[in-house]
Amino acid sequence: MGALLEVENLTTEFVTRGGVVRAVDGVSWDVREGETVALVGESGCGKSVSALSVMRLVAAPAGRIVAGRVRFKGRDLLALSDEEMRRIRGREIAMIFQEPMTSLNPVLSIGRQLTEGLEIHLGMTPAEARRRAAELLAMVGIPDAERRLRQYPHQFSGGMRQRMMIAMALACNPSLILADEPTTALDVTIQAQILELMKALSRRLGVAMLIITHNLGVVARYADRVNVMYAGRIVERGTARELYANPRHPYTLGLLRSVPRLDEPRRARLDPIEGQPPDLTRLPAGCAFAARCAFRVERCARDRPGLVGVGAGDHVSACWETERLDRALATR
Amino acid sequence: MTGGRPLLEVRNLVKYFHISGGLFGGREGVVRAVDDVSFAIHRGETLGLVGESGCGKTTTGRCILQLERPTHGQILFEGRDLATLGREELRAVRRRMQVIFQDPYSSLNPRMTVGQIVAEPLAVHRIVPDPVKREARVQELLGHVGLLPQHARRYPHQLSGGQRQRVGIARALAMEPALIVCDEPVSALDVSIQAQIINLLEDLQREFGLTYLFVAHDLSVVRHISDRVAVMYLGKLVELADRKALYDDPLHPYTRALLSAVPIPDPELESRREHIVLGGEVPSPLNPPAGCVFHPRCPIAIDRCRAAVPELREIRPGHWAACILA
Repeated sequence: MGALLEVENLTTEFVTRGGVVRAVDGVSWDVREGETVALVGESGCGKSVSALSVMRLVAAPAGRIVAGRVRFKGRDLLALSDEEMRRIRGREIAMIFQEPMTSLNPVLSIGRQLTEGLEIHLGMTPAEARRRAAELLAMVGIPDAERRLRQYPHQFSGGMRQRMMIAMALACNPSLILADEPTTALDVTIQAQILELMKALSRRLGVAMLIITHNLGVVARYADRVNVMYAGRIVERGTARELYANPRHPYTLGLLRSVPRLDEPRRARLDPIEGQPPDLTRLPAGCAFAARCAFRVERCARDRPGLVGVGAGDHVSACWETERLDRALATR
Repeated sequence: MTGGRPLLEVRNLVKYFHISGGLFGGREGVVRAVDDVSFAIHRGETLGLVGESGCGKTTTGRCILQLERPTHGQILFEGRDLATLGREELRAVRRRMQVIFQDPYSSLNPRMTVGQIVAEPLAVHRIVPDPVKREARVQELLGHVGLLPQHARRYPHQLSGGQRQRVGIARALAMEPALIVCDEPVSALDVSIQAQIINLLEDLQREFGLTYLFVAHDLSVVRHISDRVAVMYLGKLVELADRKALYDDPLHPYTRALLSAVPIPDPELESRREHIVLGGEVPSPLNPPAGCVFHPRCPIAIDRCRAAVPELREIRPGHWAACILA
């Protein structure tokens, strides 16, 4: 599988009252054709800003992509004109957001919101677009498509709206979908429906997906490869299997250990990661996780570790103490 | 844990909300938010109350706290029916029942310092009328929830989500409650912070002999913290059992589907696991289905489920389920 999207050294900054925040700090990752990649991390780690940067939707003037390259099918998206970028958005790369209600237009009918992209991007006639819209609704499991097309977003439930967002994303047969917390606002049983739907459709249509989430369970169920982000940087990357079986960064290990799991005997006590995420306007010189890390050594406060190979399948981790982490895991 | 009089008893609780047509003549009707729910919570126990949005779990909590007036049914706290109490008596009882909300930001006054927020109930309810002693008590409470003395001078917006939730907990503790209704207390927090707050709630329970009603939708968290678990669907209690029995051997098909929908952070296991994906969506509580409210989505429903409302029955000792096939 060839690389579809290659993000290299992407750096995005925001000007805030507290100073300049480097929300995304020199990150590199890629998505290959047809695969599902996850960006995992907690609020403020830069996962959403990474996706918005790819789409060039970072709100100026406060936000700015200051460095890096975003190569999509070989072309650098950051070098395209606004007009060229508009043709990529929605048509080649689509996006699904967490809260469908805020990303749907409340005063346009469902049908119009679906057909608009088809007419603009694919040059369909209104009648063709209408037929395709009905097809799309059926594909995402919304029955009674003709009636539904005449309705408005408020007449849809949360799950239905997210199905509608997926239909919109799929409308122009994109090769990549960026899904930002696509099921976080949904109930457990509806979340399961939507994720199964996304998985089935991405397989059937061969669409690659970038899932942005904080939910380690969702990642385990759906992602082929995983990037773990902390304070604007990628701290660990690997195939999902490798990363969950052999976490090589103390933050990944901490996340996995802090959540209670239904498949394990109940623990008397949870093992939280102590402390708070750092203030991005005052990041330490060394590793951003050091202050909360159980494995830190003197060097961690001084030198920032880069990503180095730590195992099979391009497994990389940014930690000075991966070997000690390894031994700690083995003796557990 | 059992034996003796329960701290709290909810008997046949019903809460209907009437909706008027409104200015634009919309649909009128009755939302059956909570429909004949009964359970008890014993001293020192944590009862988990789970279900999806609109199932009535939060409304149940609000009825217990007397923030909503039940349409029907009784709430007994320490054996006394709250509906029969006078204003002063009710005030005294309500002090002993506190609440921790999901979003600590919207439940803390942004213009008050942390110290003022925690001190306010101590002054209003004249628990510690002396200002100097009150100051000391505030410091003590902040210490209990893992905050530092200097946090007393900060404002909510200067704190992280986890720290704000600690302030909410300190404020609840200030009243020296017997029961705390925890309404989704960790679901707005980051994963790494959730475990800190859960551990804190458990420590405080042990230290102060607290009783919790833990309302949440995260089944993994509920399993960790609860002694017994109640599952609600569309205003009805569908299953109630000890934690272990409920998670190891769920009897209601809805509970089974819920448990199977929770993704487990292990790709190996997930690839082998069988998932029950429920079709359809939760029907409107304005117009709930006849018979068993779950039957339109139930994978094992039979004809009889469409007609008769299933009773919550004790299928095994201490394990209750509202399903005729259980």
